[in-house]
Amino acid sequence: MPKLVIDGKATEVPAGTNLIEAARGLGIEIPHYCYHPGLPVAGACRLCMVDLEKAPRPTIACNTLAADGMVVLTETPRVLDTRRSVMEWHLVNHPLDCPVCDQAGECWLQIYYMQHGLYAPRMIDDKVHKPKAVPIGPHVMLDAERCILCSRCVRFCDTVSGTGELGIFNRGDHSEIGLFPGTALDNAYSGNVVDICPVGALTDRDFRFQARVWYLDRAKSVCPGCARGCNIEVHTNTKRTHHAQGRRVVRLKPRFNPDVNRWWMCDAGRYGFGDVDAPTRLVAPAVRTAAGERPVERSVEWSEAVALLAGELQAGGPATIGAILSPGLPNEDLWLARRLLVETLGVRTLAVRTPPRTPGDADNLLIVADKHPNGRGATLLGLETGEADASAAVLEAARNGQLRVLWVFGQDLLDTAWPEADVASALDRVPFLVYQGPNANRTSARAHLVLPSAAWVEREGTYTNVAGRVQRFWRAVAPLGAARADWEILAEVARALGQAWRPGRAEHLFRELAAAVPAFAGLSYRTLGDHGAPVSNGTPTVAPGGAGGPE
Amino acid sequence: MTPEPVLSRNFDRLDAQSLAGYRSTGGYQALRKAFELGPVAIAAEVKAANLRGLGGAGFPTATKWGFIPATRKGPVYLVVNADEGEPGTFKDRYILERDPHALIEGMLIAAFTIGCHTSFIYIRGEYVRPWRIFSAALAEAEAGGLVGDHVLGSDFAHRIIVHRGAGAYICGEETGLISSLEGYKGWPKLKPPFPAIKGAFGQPTVVNNVETLASLPPILLRSGAWFAGLGTKSQGGTRLYSVSGHVARPGVYEAPVSITLRQLLDRAGGVPGGRALKAVVPGGSSAAVLRADEIDVTMDVDGLRDAGTMAGSAGVVVMDDTTCIPEALYVVARFYAHESCGQCTPCRECTGWIFKICGRILAGKGVPTDPDTILDVARRGTGTTICAFYDGAIGPYISYVEKFRAEFDHHIRHGACDVRPGAPASPLTGATAH
Repeated sequence: MPKLVIDGKATEVPAGTNLIEAARGLGIEIPHYCYHPGLPVAGACRLCMVDLEKAPRPTIACNTLAADGMVVLTETPRVLDTRRSVMEWHLVNHPLDCPVCDQAGECWLQIYYMQHGLYAPRMIDDKVHKPKAVPIGPHVMLDAERCILCSRCVRFCDTVSGTGELGIFNRGDHSEIGLFPGTALDNAYSGNVVDICPVGALTDRDFRFQARVWYLDRAKSVCPGCARGCNIEVHTNTKRTHHAQGRRVVRLKPRFNPDVNRWWMCDAGRYGFGDVDAPTRLVAPAVRTAAGERPVERSVEWSEAVALLAGELQAGGPATIGAILSPGLPNEDLWLARRLLVETLGVRTLAVRTPPRTPGDADNLLIVADKHPNGRGATLLGLETGEADASAAVLEAARNGQLRVLWVFGQDLLDTAWPEADVASALDRVPFLVYQGPNANRTSARAHLVLPSAAWVEREGTYTNVAGRVQRFWRAVAPLGAARADWEILAEVARALGQAWRPGRAEHLFRELAAAVPAFAGLSYRTLGDHGAPVSNGTPTVAPGGAGGPE
Repeated sequence: MTPEPVLSRNFDRLDAQSLAGYRSTGGYQALRKAFELGPVAIAAEVKAANLRGLGGAGFPTATKWGFIPATRKGPVYLVVNADEGEPGTFKDRYILERDPHALIEGMLIAAFTIGCHTSFIYIRGEYVRPWRIFSAALAEAEAGGLVGDHVLGSDFAHRIIVHRGAGAYICGEETGLISSLEGYKGWPKLKPPFPAIKGAFGQPTVVNNVETLASLPPILLRSGAWFAGLGTKSQGGTRLYSVSGHVARPGVYEAPVSITLRQLLDRAGGVPGGRALKAVVPGGSSAAVLRADEIDVTMDVDGLRDAGTMAGSAGVVVMDDTTCIPEALYVVARFYAHESCGQCTPCRECTGWIFKICGRILAGKGVPTDPDTILDVARRGTGTTICAFYDGAIGPYISYVEKFRAEFDHHIRHGACDVRPGAPASPLTGATAH
């Protein structure tokens, strides 16, 4: 392990560490554009110049590996002078259209100009003009004039997505990013090029012009789109509610986790948050009663809804109660569902998974076929036996008229591999169908009682990913309307049934389940931290690729 | 001083292109001798010859070969840089067209020395005739058992692959050339790793210039000491000077590197028409310009370096007193703006920027700060780029402005030329074609 000194601070780093990463470890930021820890070194932007002791001139830190005895200086007068020059050159042909640029506020040309530029402009000639606002794929817009040719996007498509759609065409100051003929930037990970673009050249077509980034709030979260559990940030707009068509969640961004997703996330996850602010959101408990031909639906208070459900649950024995939970429910909620339904009420007609209508796609990078975030958690909590027909058995019980109450959590039973007519006829036999979830669907439309639950961004909790890593997600926005976290609803019902459960917090539930379930032994919100931790019999994920810090 | 020709010895023999003709002059005897000497002795002889690379950088050839790792897996490659693109340079063309077997023999000697069994020659795309002639010579050499599984009947196998460039100056930069040869865009590579460690197709690679390799047969046939004696203390031999511009007899001149620029210009007949010498570029367009009073310098690598310029590719461009230096810089700046590969920021942005400033000055719209802006931008860019291209561009930017500042200031102040008052303000128009 080479030992070196950077700006007077001694450090020891693994062999093969470059000077940007070695300095980062000491809290020293060496400005850079083209370098990205998840991509091959390009050495093109020339901004990361540092001085090496005895070297005749500054050298680029990205392509210089730490060596024993190296003495590095990142703030010498000539380094600062070189940075200022390189900033000036990056902006020679840049259009400086910040007022109409979506990147403004998170643009590294702006940030580094303020930190390392601040020169008096002297470029008075016409700038090179290039294509602007070119859609290069379903998710990404290209502005070639703003591009600084760092080639991060090209290297991403070449080495991470492996799809190779992008290249740099032409020469000199006419160089521009573009698509190879006959292609579009339409791969499963295309949105990542927007994240790694340090300037406003590649912007997100979904987010473009929706909100100024300085109005956004950020919360740490985990993508619920599949069992990988990519770490993400949820960006919300609650300060300018007239923007973004009133959407509160405006975008998701990957959050670095060396053991799960590194810097990346897939497009399906990135753009899969539409349900959160969709018109289908359920915002109040509702009771539907048949009045002649037409059902009548009326909103009710939580107290009435809970009392109604408690009464129905008590009306028959455990054999008359069926429940279909969901591998989308967090660990805390599944834990409370287990306590209430299995341990308190003795329900045996219970399942977690329903067969998906179409098999999930998967790849070798991040995407997992299981499109639920917590299937592994359901298994570890003993709710998911692995028997494929557990849910079919619940439906069968309904069809046979054995169930008085069927409580469905979040899933649309009419959107599964089962024939719709079979499901519909089975549900028709259930006297009291309860649907609990954040969004309406065809199952909720048939329910006698609808309980609105909070979307994942409206609450906190944990998911256990495909590799058995338990990861926290945080609340980004308040629940819509009267919606409550699933576990809060379960706790209310339990209280109505005479259990002395206090609502508490999700963290308390996790503490309980960690004490009770061996796989979670020793875990707590504190030990999970930002990046999660593996369950004791789970295999920790090992993400492909090498080391590196957050970007 | 007109010593016996070494590199140009066959330039006037029409039959030298043929294998029989080349053989009749003692061709391929050096290769035979190389096989007797063995790699270690050859390298020692080349080192003794003080042979330095004649493509532009002037790096000692034997030292470059010595960087090839002694222990290695996989092949080592020799790549011949025949992408002669430096403005004012046309000497490799003469070798390719007039003495192609001298190059083939030199390639075989170098390949044998470094243990290479496949070599590539990257020929400038515009060099159609040189490519045809070289390829015909190579076919003859293959048929004659000089290139193939048993070179000269020995156990040494060697094949030569001819690759044509597509017209980019940057592909004459050795790692840009390698990228292009590999099938990628001709972008120079980051160093380290250097080609000797990881070059063409990821293998240890030596890139040598045409003229450098053509120097090897004479060195082996005579001796390293003889070759060294032709030159200066730090650089042996003669080299081919491409002389163009305002001289009576432009062309390729072979001379010992100890010749002075003044002597060389005299051999080319000097400035014609009774006009006076104004400036000379001694080593291709990337070399800093010399004023008429600065031409008493020896033309070796170190002599020209000490004079603040460089021997480069030995392309000597002569300008007489009718030359407008701002216009000359405009032409040079247009070339570098056009040929910058665009990979790294300083070169990509500043070659274009400086070209625009030069154009504006010529158009009579210069501002007083323009010359200092050119100088400052150029000086700041020194040594900041991936390859030597931009450092090459900086040579003319700085030297033209510094040495002929008054002409720039006159253009800016009066919006017109003082050298050619009748000339239109902007005789050259148009942006770079891309």
